[in-house]
Amino acid sequence: MDMNEIKEIFFQECEEQLAELEAGLMKMNDGDRDPETVNAVFRAVHSIKGGAGAFGLDDLVAFAHVFETTLDCVRSNRLEPSQDVLKVMLKSADVLADLTNAARDGGSVDEGRSRGLVKELEALANGELPSPSTAAEVPAPKPAAKVAPALAAAAPAPKATDDSGFQPIPFSFDDFGDEEEVGSGIPVYEIAFKPRSDLYSKGNDATLLLRDLSRLGEMSSYCNMDDLPGLDDLDAEAAYFSWNITLKTDKGEDAIHAVFEFAEWDCDLSVKEVGAEPSVSPNDELPMIPVPFDLSILDEGAAEAPTEPNSDAAAAVAAAETVSNVTQMAAAAARVEKKEAAATAAASAAAAAQNNAAAGQTIRVDLDRVDRLINLVGELVINQAMLSQSVIENDTTGTSSINMGLEELQQLTREIQDSVMAIRAQPVKPVFQRMSRIVREIADMTGKTIRLITEGENTEVDKTVIDKLAEPLTHMIRNAVDHGIETPEKRAAAGKNTEGTVRLTAKHRSGRILIELADDGAGINREKVRQKAIDNDLIPADANLSDEEIDNLIFLPGFSTADKISDISGRGVGMDVVKRSIQALGGRINITSRPGHGSVFTMSLPLTLAVLDGMVVTVAGQTLVVPLTAIVETLQPEAAAIHSFGANHRLISIRNSFCPLVDVGRILNFRATQANPVEGVALLVESEGGGQRALMVDAIQGQRQVVIKSLEANYTHVPGIAAATILGDGRVALILDVDAVVGASRGQALKPEMSLAAAG
Amino acid sequence: MSHTVKNLSQGDRELIAFRIGDQEFCVNIMSVREIRGWTPATAMPHSPADMKGIINLRGAVLPIIDLSARLGMKPAEPSVRHVIIVAQVRRKVVGLLVDAVSDILTVTDDNIQPTPEITSDTERQFARGILAIEKRMICLVELEALFPDTESEAA
Repeated sequence: MDMNEIKEIFFQECEEQLAELEAGLMKMNDGDRDPETVNAVFRAVHSIKGGAGAFGLDDLVAFAHVFETTLDCVRSNRLEPSQDVLKVMLKSADVLADLTNAARDGGSVDEGRSRGLVKELEALANGELPSPSTAAEVPAPKPAAKVAPALAAAAPAPKATDDSGFQPIPFSFDDFGDEEEVGSGIPVYEIAFKPRSDLYSKGNDATLLLRDLSRLGEMSSYCNMDDLPGLDDLDAEAAYFSWNITLKTDKGEDAIHAVFEFAEWDCDLSVKEVGAEPSVSPNDELPMIPVPFDLSILDEGAAEAPTEPNSDAAAAVAAAETVSNVTQMAAAAARVEKKEAAATAAASAAAAAQNNAAAGQTIRVDLDRVDRLINLVGELVINQAMLSQSVIENDTTGTSSINMGLEELQQLTREIQDSVMAIRAQPVKPVFQRMSRIVREIADMTGKTIRLITEGENTEVDKTVIDKLAEPLTHMIRNAVDHGIETPEKRAAAGKNTEGTVRLTAKHRSGRILIELADDGAGINREKVRQKAIDNDLIPADANLSDEEIDNLIFLPGFSTADKISDISGRGVGMDVVKRSIQALGGRINITSRPGHGSVFTMSLPLTLAVLDGMVVTVAGQTLVVPLTAIVETLQPEAAAIHSFGANHRLISIRNSFCPLVDVGRILNFRATQANPVEGVALLVESEGGGQRALMVDAIQGQRQVVIKSLEANYTHVPGIAAATILGDGRVALILDVDAVVGASRGQALKPEMSLAAAG
Repeated sequence: MSHTVKNLSQGDRELIAFRIGDQEFCVNIMSVREIRGWTPATAMPHSPADMKGIINLRGAVLPIIDLSARLGMKPAEPSVRHVIIVAQVRRKVVGLLVDAVSDILTVTDDNIQPTPEITSDTERQFARGILAIEKRMICLVELEALFPDTESEAA
């Protein structure tokens, strides 16, 4: 592996770290003060700095260092991560990303910007606050939230090794990173916690509650086992233990109650502030068993968990030996063991959760290799279909073993295909995250305050779709912020919140992904858009257009090439390009706008560009594939159900409603005259914009999964055709673009000029 | 094949010569991927006259262009004796339908004569010169000019 390859890996890692950094900062921006979040942010910058140092990327190191120093202040609670501080940090993250890109691809970064940020960061680190608005807050060391940065690293609690007596073992949660001795100013609470059986039966666990409690501050606890009956009377399902807890925390009583939020009904709980001095002393009169409560097992890897409980159990047994009531103690030990079994389970669950948080186990694979695999699986699917077909054709007797094998093969191929597709499926999160930066930048540039709300960012789509989504989405977000949302003054005048909102949503709908971009801006100024279109000769001056049609004018090529774009209060910067790139993805884009209330852009995209369930049909001697997701039902039209309507239109009556008939062969220009519908089959389809159409085809061959092959790769986009596929006999079949065909049936024909226009 | 492949010296280039009707053309061998026989193509709706349809080339969709029609001559009526030259033009791969492949030529730049001035715009567009070899006249076709770039405008 040469240096360049290592460097490439470093940059790939940087990308991940930057994403983590931004995600962490956004979380903090939303009020997340979990030390783990702060640590993750710190780690991200730290690793970028470390790697950059190894490659001698001095600019990057210098900036990352300053950034890291300031983050360290937040980490050690010397700097309150207020909104203003986070604003600086988010900008710094942007610059860090720019510096990383510049280091990889060459090019330069706006030095003024980075230098300004360095100054701001240094000022923050020195305890100066970014803006006077927060001057009230003193950047002095704040009483630390007493939580260890990583509980996993915490030293195990002392073991009950003293068998001479019943010395209660204090619950100790070592906390590093906090040099300061906890002052007497921190309130101390005495908490009495006695779970009822219901607590356990509802899936709560006292162990976990205690752990959460321990995160609030310095805690010691004593387990009271008075109620523990003899073994004979022991009900394994019941709750016998109660705890007396002393907790030193500055989080307040509410935080304590919050820990028990879901358990409060199922336990007896009392919380009482007892001043600053711990007043609980071990009550020697009570036969208390030191129950080792080792937190490390909760957070460490599951592998370590089994050993710890064993020693703890042994300790408990050892302690039990010194007690006269052996029976009782054996029961206690049993109880302890049971508890530990639960703890072990919790430990593995926690470990799993931790793994999850760290994005699971991943390997980096060259996309080309995955593509090759996907292509091969595609061929396999075709081959399997071919095989099935020839078996069915040749084997009329239907040998059961062959059929069974074939069925199994079919299932396997399907499964392989699904798994291979899953490799490429990724959440849209990274793209959405990138958008928050765009919003920040444009908002800064235009002096607007914008809130970006993202929803459904874990919706998964094929990687190629995600990659190709970024560009049109960036374009649209820019438009929404720049043109869609008004200035704060205008918004105030219109009686709106001065802060504009842009909402980005992703969700699955009937086998496609729906991405919605909504803003609460002024909406499209239809008068101006219309005028602009007339000025540019896009529509005749006397054209009578519906609101929807006017809105859609902004997608026309030529509309955007107008010189003074900012003259239009609506939108229009390169929306034709946006539309074209969405179409290239096999998607559609729609706009709805309400003047004064904002606009919504809706994109509907396929989940994958590789495979589709299709209905194979014959039209004018051609084999076509119709995507199954579009078809509502198929029917054999009867002569009585067909009605002529006007000169050229025909309707088919379906259950008392009339649906326009569309001859696919005619609309695709495969034949000169409309075919007789009675001789064909009607496919009832529902288009994106709603409304049904009956597509007439000559015959249905069958239903099949087909591998989508791009037409654009070697040719060009063809109106009415979504893509191509290869059939079992090796011939190419076209995949129908149902929505385009339905659209064509509404008015504009699929003209050859359009295909030439698309070809340039 | 009268000209054997030999080590190419500076300025030499290899061309593939083919026949359409009674005319001979050639293209740079570097852009030719393979040569295969005619197979029926799937027709495309609303396509230009020179678009013969698409075929399956080992899993990829290959558009077939009737070069005769593309050059403004009589459209071909493809038969089993026709040949498809699979050529790479920029980043796209296209199949060129021609009557037959006749030769591999090794020529130097000196052998290429400028296109005569009688040509109309159509010919001038694709003809990069004329070769005179053994009393034959072979027109050197520039594929890049024949298939204008459509990608560059997509932003």
